[in-house]
Amino acid sequence: MSKNVLVLADVREQKLRNVSFEALAAARMVAEGGQITAAVFGSFAKDLVDPLAHYGADRVITVLNPELDQYTTDAYFQAFKKVIEHVQPDVILTGHTAVGRDVSPRVAARLGTGLISDCTNVELVNGQIVFTRPIYAGKAFVKKVVKDGIVFATLRPNNIAAGEPDGNRTAQVEELQVDFAPDSLRTLVKDIVKKSAGGVDLSEARIIVSGGRGVKSAEGFKPLQELADVLGGAVGASRGACDSGYCDYALQIGQTGKVVTPDLYIACGISGAIQHLAGMSNSKVIVAINKDPEAPIFQVADYGIVGDLFEVVPLLTEEFKKLLASG
Amino acid sequence: MNILVCLKQTFDTEERITIENGKINEDGAEFVINPYDEYAVEEAIKLKEQHGGEVTVITIGPERAEQALRTAMAMGADKGVIVDLEDLGDQVDEHTIAQVLAATIREEDLDFDIILCGYMAVDDGSAQVGPRLAELLEIPHISTITKLTVEGDKVSVEKDVEGDVEYIDAKLPILVTAQQGLNDPRYPSLPGIMKAKKKPLTRLELDDLDLDEEEIAAKTEIIETFLPPKKEAGKILTGDLADQAKELVQLLRSEAKVI
Repeated sequence: MSKNVLVLADVREQKLRNVSFEALAAARMVAEGGQITAAVFGSFAKDLVDPLAHYGADRVITVLNPELDQYTTDAYFQAFKKVIEHVQPDVILTGHTAVGRDVSPRVAARLGTGLISDCTNVELVNGQIVFTRPIYAGKAFVKKVVKDGIVFATLRPNNIAAGEPDGNRTAQVEELQVDFAPDSLRTLVKDIVKKSAGGVDLSEARIIVSGGRGVKSAEGFKPLQELADVLGGAVGASRGACDSGYCDYALQIGQTGKVVTPDLYIACGISGAIQHLAGMSNSKVIVAINKDPEAPIFQVADYGIVGDLFEVVPLLTEEFKKLLASG
Repeated sequence: MNILVCLKQTFDTEERITIENGKINEDGAEFVINPYDEYAVEEAIKLKEQHGGEVTVITIGPERAEQALRTAMAMGADKGVIVDLEDLGDQVDEHTIAQVLAATIREEDLDFDIILCGYMAVDDGSAQVGPRLAELLEIPHISTITKLTVEGDKVSVEKDVEGDVEYIDAKLPILVTAQQGLNDPRYPSLPGIMKAKKKPLTRLELDDLDLDEEEIAAKTEIIETFLPPKKEAGKILTGDLADQAKELVQLLRSEAKVI
């Protein structure tokens, strides 16, 4: 049976995040011929209509109120709710990101619906939409369905492949306006400090170079950063490295911290405690560099080098430079 | 200041996960306060130390979950409420939990200026209950905070946004969810542990709350639980380190095809 699907586009710094295109691909798969509507918020939203159409939206709803330029829960909540009332979707999909993760549960509570968060796969089984999601940070998985009412889910970035964009596709565009009641925007963002230097976010990075206690100091992360820079990747860390004060907790990967699934994960001086493995063991390819050949990280690694990371990492950086220069 | 903390008892993060009869096997597992909720407990106690007032810790769970409340009380929380939903069996999801928490807070007359939760639990990892509860209680929320300051009814927080930091102002009453980096939870002291045994604990069951079982029943259903496929042993390179580096880069391009 065809279903109307609503995708809330995930915007960061006035740009669409890739997870929006991934959600459109999932939407196409579950819609079974139904209409796919994308909603995008902010005074700049008109500029984002074309890519949403190229990636599969049949209809794009823009909400241009400037109150939506910077994400706040209350503003997004009201706009999202208004769009849902307008579209009357059977299915709602969005990213499991700082935005989707924050606003979706609140909207689900208001609508009295279920919500399946942080999904890594979506499939149709006999017409029913089945979501796969990790539990215990990926030590196990469950398949989950919504029993009745709107099927509402947030999708983990980097797990469902976006489709090929079609530059000729166009979408019907509609504009909605939200009247924000006085005092209905109860939180005020005063300032934002960018910490993710280099702009590669851990949860969406294709390549992650990660350091553990073996990195020994904040200074020790430098060669890792250099390798990440050459590869266009991001730097992560184990709890050990964060607890030792070598880096910010924002970089922590593990059951506490971030769960990541990059194409390539290079673990440097990380022993591989269970709680760290939970955060990265579903990466597509894992490289381990560690002095201790018995380190448990080697059990999940596709490739291992037993050696001092301070020798190995710069060698790798040089080799990658050569390879990438040769094309 | 009246402070509520919602917490969940979870497996210790070092536990291995096994499945028995299609479900996660709990036998012999070590249980702890969900690490993110532990930050919430610590922050609540710090607020009480600065502003005075009372910290109430609430949990939903089986009998064993009392231990998590006692630990929070040993850290400094004043009283606890435990709601046992055994009667609902599998009919429990985030929708249910948020409804039961909201009903507990309303019906037990738990006055609050601020509610603290962990931003997610390390078992289900859904990150839903805090924002859902705030909506049901009709108060604002700010998630994934790494710093909290309260002066009068003014609240200032630092919020982690995937690595960036947002500085946000708001007013009480509010619900905030704790991100790692908010604080370093204290260890319960021995006198704290002794005192905790005598602190008041309210035990509730579903029947004690004015809730329609059908309305709060889970909206979602788990149809399968499984372990990820076991990884095959990888390739440990040998030889001179410079040659290994060269070989690895080649393998990543030609065999793994990720570069």
